[in-house]
Amino acid sequence: MKLLTHNMLTSNIIKGVKNGYPLKISASDVQLIDVDFNPEFITRMIPKINWKVLHEAAQSLGHANDLPAELNAEYEADQEFLKKTHHVLLEVEVQEGDLICPETERKFPISHGIPNMLLKEEEI
Amino acid sequence: MHPTPDISHLTSADYEDVYEPAEDSFLFLDALEQEKDKLHALRPSVCLEIGSGSGVVSTFLSSLLSHPAFFICTDINPRANAVTKLTAKKNGMDVEALTTDLCLGLLPRLQGQVDVVLFNPPYVVTPSHEVAQGGIEASWAGGERGREVMDRLFPIIPELLSPKGVFYLIIIKENDSDDISRIFADFGFSMESVLSRRSGPEFLSVLKFFRNKDVS
Repeated sequence: MKLLTHNMLTSNIIKGVKNGYPLKISASDVQLIDVDFNPEFITRMIPKINWKVLHEAAQSLGHANDLPAELNAEYEADQEFLKKTHHVLLEVEVQEGDLICPETERKFPISHGIPNMLLKEEEI
Repeated sequence: MHPTPDISHLTSADYEDVYEPAEDSFLFLDALEQEKDKLHALRPSVCLEIGSGSGVVSTFLSSLLSHPAFFICTDINPRANAVTKLTAKKNGMDVEALTTDLCLGLLPRLQGQVDVVLFNPPYVVTPSHEVAQGGIEASWAGGERGREVMDRLFPIIPELLSPKGVFYLIIIKENDSDDISRIFADFGFSMESVLSRRSGPEFLSVLKFFRNKDVS
């Protein structure tokens, strides 16, 4: 699971959970992979990202490096910044661990890089 | 012709749990290839495939596009998710996989963000009680009129799609495209048939849905 995917996931599917966002990450295996850097794609994705959530997630995994906590208004021209964002969004992958609902602590297991969001009937 | 993804890594053991690409899958690939210029013009940033099975459709679309896009593939069957990721990887693509029912867990964050939604649903007409919650049966058993699973997704499509977004869906004749067209007309969407083909007893079509222009 990439942090881009984590940025999009909520546990509001559990009965009684209001926002369920962001999910906490408990990772036992994080891998770094190589993805071709495409600054135009990263620039297109940034407006879709909840920056604060991305930054906190990267930090919690120890991979924020020096990614700024705030989004600079002129990021489009800043290649270094786009590269760091690319790395955090696409190259940091949680292979094993759990996503944890911030309201109920319900755990969603991540196995082989795939989060499992399925709920039991009584949780819906 | 754009090459069909290599699926030689999949074995008969995989196909006990995961839908093996068949005529419907290949019709989907042909339809997407026919749409290539339009898809390039659309420049999708986010693509969502629901029920990705072997992963052959997302892998194909990902390789068909001339620029990178974020692909997220869901399936209710965890084995299918694992196979989806493997198929993408074998073909040099990178997709994200998520085990969930339809797109549960992705809203509201993906609201209005998805440029392409792909769905090859369980469309076979079966008794309602055969509509499965996982496993290989979930890949084909569609219940009454074959519509029980796709009907649950339809109301979510307008929420997911970006203003320029498109939804591609495979159906068979028994699913009643006129009725589906009326449902989407009520959402303010147009429907087009991209490609149809007879395969044994099934008359398959790939349909495309998009927002009406000039909504007043």
